[in-house]
Amino acid sequence: MPGSPESSLIHARGLTKRFGSFTAVDGVDFDVAPGEAFGFLGPNGAGKTSTMRMIGCVSPVTDGTLTVRGLDPRTDGPEIRARLGVVPQQDTLDTELTVRENLVLYGRYFGLPRAECGRRADELLGFAQLTERQNDEVEPLSGGMKRRLTIARALINQPDLLLLDEPTTGLDPQARHLLWDRLYRLKQRGVTLVLTTHYMDEAEQLCDRLVVMDKAKIVAEGSPRQLIDRYSTREVTELRFGPGVQERLDGQLDGLADRIEHLADRVLLYADDGEAVAVAAHERGLNPETVLVRRSTLEDVFLRLTGRSLVE
Amino acid sequence: MAGLSRVVEHRAVQYRRTFRSSVFTSFLSPVLFLTAMGLGLGGYVDASGDAVLGGLSYLEFLAPGLLAATVMQSAAFEATFPIIGGLNWQRTFHAMYATPLSPSDIALGNLVWMAIRMAMIASVFSAVIIVLGAAHSPLVVLGIPVAVLTGMAFAAPITAFSATQRTPNRFNVIFRFGITPLFLFSGTFFPIESLPDVLQPIAWLSPLWHGVDLTRGLVLGTVGQQPAQMVAHVVVLVAIVVVSTWATVRMIERRLIRG
Ligand SMILES: Nc1ncnc2c1ncn2[C@@H]1O[C@H](COP(=O)(O)OP(=O)(O)O)[C@@H](O)[C@H]1O
Ligand SMILES: [Mg+2]
Repeated sequence: MPGSPESSLIHARGLTKRFGSFTAVDGVDFDVAPGEAFGFLGPNGAGKTSTMRMIGCVSPVTDGTLTVRGLDPRTDGPEIRARLGVVPQQDTLDTELTVRENLVLYGRYFGLPRAECGRRADELLGFAQLTERQNDEVEPLSGGMKRRLTIARALINQPDLLLLDEPTTGLDPQARHLLWDRLYRLKQRGVTLVLTTHYMDEAEQLCDRLVVMDKAKIVAEGSPRQLIDRYSTREVTELRFGPGVQERLDGQLDGLADRIEHLADRVLLYADDGEAVAVAAHERGLNPETVLVRRSTLEDVFLRLTGRSLVE
Repeated sequence: MAGLSRVVEHRAVQYRRTFRSSVFTSFLSPVLFLTAMGLGLGGYVDASGDAVLGGLSYLEFLAPGLLAATVMQSAAFEATFPIIGGLNWQRTFHAMYATPLSPSDIALGNLVWMAIRMAMIASVFSAVIIVLGAAHSPLVVLGIPVAVLTGMAFAAPITAFSATQRTPNRFNVIFRFGITPLFLFSGTFFPIESLPDVLQPIAWLSPLWHGVDLTRGLVLGTVGQQPAQMVAHVVVLVAIVVVSTWATVRMIERRLIRG
């Protein structure tokens, strides 16, 4: 893997986080280059937040090497944090203050003069599409608005590196798309994005490159396209059978596809030509209730690598 | 220092938004209490002859003690709910920690804010003491920092404790078995000499008693009569504040790192 403490914005080798005897992050290696959108994709408990908090210099590294802009979080925490934007997994807004007050006060933490905080707040309110709500308290805002405010707040110190821990978890599809659009704009401006997610569509939409994380370890690394090419087929045929039928199939699907996965409610057949698989299944006299042919996704990659699905 | 002042600034903006709803509990209620007890109940106490309180009217005896005790109550409140809120509910302290601010900025900024709040309450209360003619010495002005010192001897250790809690369940224990008994039995309402002999040493253990006795000495201008005891009060209170401020920084740091 390329990358060095000098050329990478973030450089990790053997990075480890232990809580007592429990290992939350187990010797992971990765590099984030300036300007890229880099993702950690993995299910709950994989160790994504623990990794992000070490990068954000709020959780001490237990073992291994970690540098951010060539600086060591152990000794240069405040200096690193001064140039970082952080969107934590759980919102940390002051819900009793107004939208605008949240932005201005946050700017003050970075030592910015009050007038400058106000100027930047106005600009960011526009970016986050919250100008009309600027004098409202945060508490009654929707989840999507709070998330956008948190992102706006993370930009008040004009960072060129933004850490986003599950930026859209719990939001409805419309709110997620709006957020993705804002993040895409940041990326176009050259801001490096590092994000975690357990949504494969989010990873595919936003990430130039990602690592798949499971049980404290990185199990694969590459662009979404590379990962799908390497670990899955071009297409997938999903067959759903009536109650009890799937259990009695006994090898009737054998040889139909490169690889077959039996899930609780359906069977996945991996092959480059999904239509051909569907036709072949029909010719064998199988009568699934529904047939769906689709392209492979990162979900399939995860299933292949870990034997489990991303979202339980 | 700069980081600490940003935390104070945040707390002040929060306060500006909520201060109207806290005017009654912070300022009016203690003054009403002083007037009712000092003048109302005091009328009966004074009628029984002024020898019991060494020649003082009940109002004169009560007012300085109540000053220290009122500040203590506000300290206990400020050191519980806002701290657990910043660490667990709104998590605003975690937001601060994601910036160049350090855990000690966050811990000390909050303690400084509490001291400012207490100074506000003590100033209003002292003004009322002066208006009611219950102050006997210009040293009454020093009663304000001493009341704040007394309050901090509660605020700092309670903040350290709050930083270890995820729910407010145990706060009841502090109020019920700590603040309320101390409020009643630390020489605020009657001299501790009237307590049964076995209980008197317990009163000496109360930080509030040290604060009450010292504040009373200043408001009534009698500090000079027992200088050693007054110095001892200051030493005890300062020692509590120093040790528990250190503990507060440690506990808040631990909690912030845990996430
Ligand atoms: N402060 C902590 N103390 C103890 N265990 C923790 C702590 N933080 C996280 N963990 C554990 O570490 C594992 C990884 O957690 P986390 O990094 O939050 O995963 P993810 O963000 O991928 O869901 C989980 O099993 C979690 O319970
Ligand atoms: Mg997480």
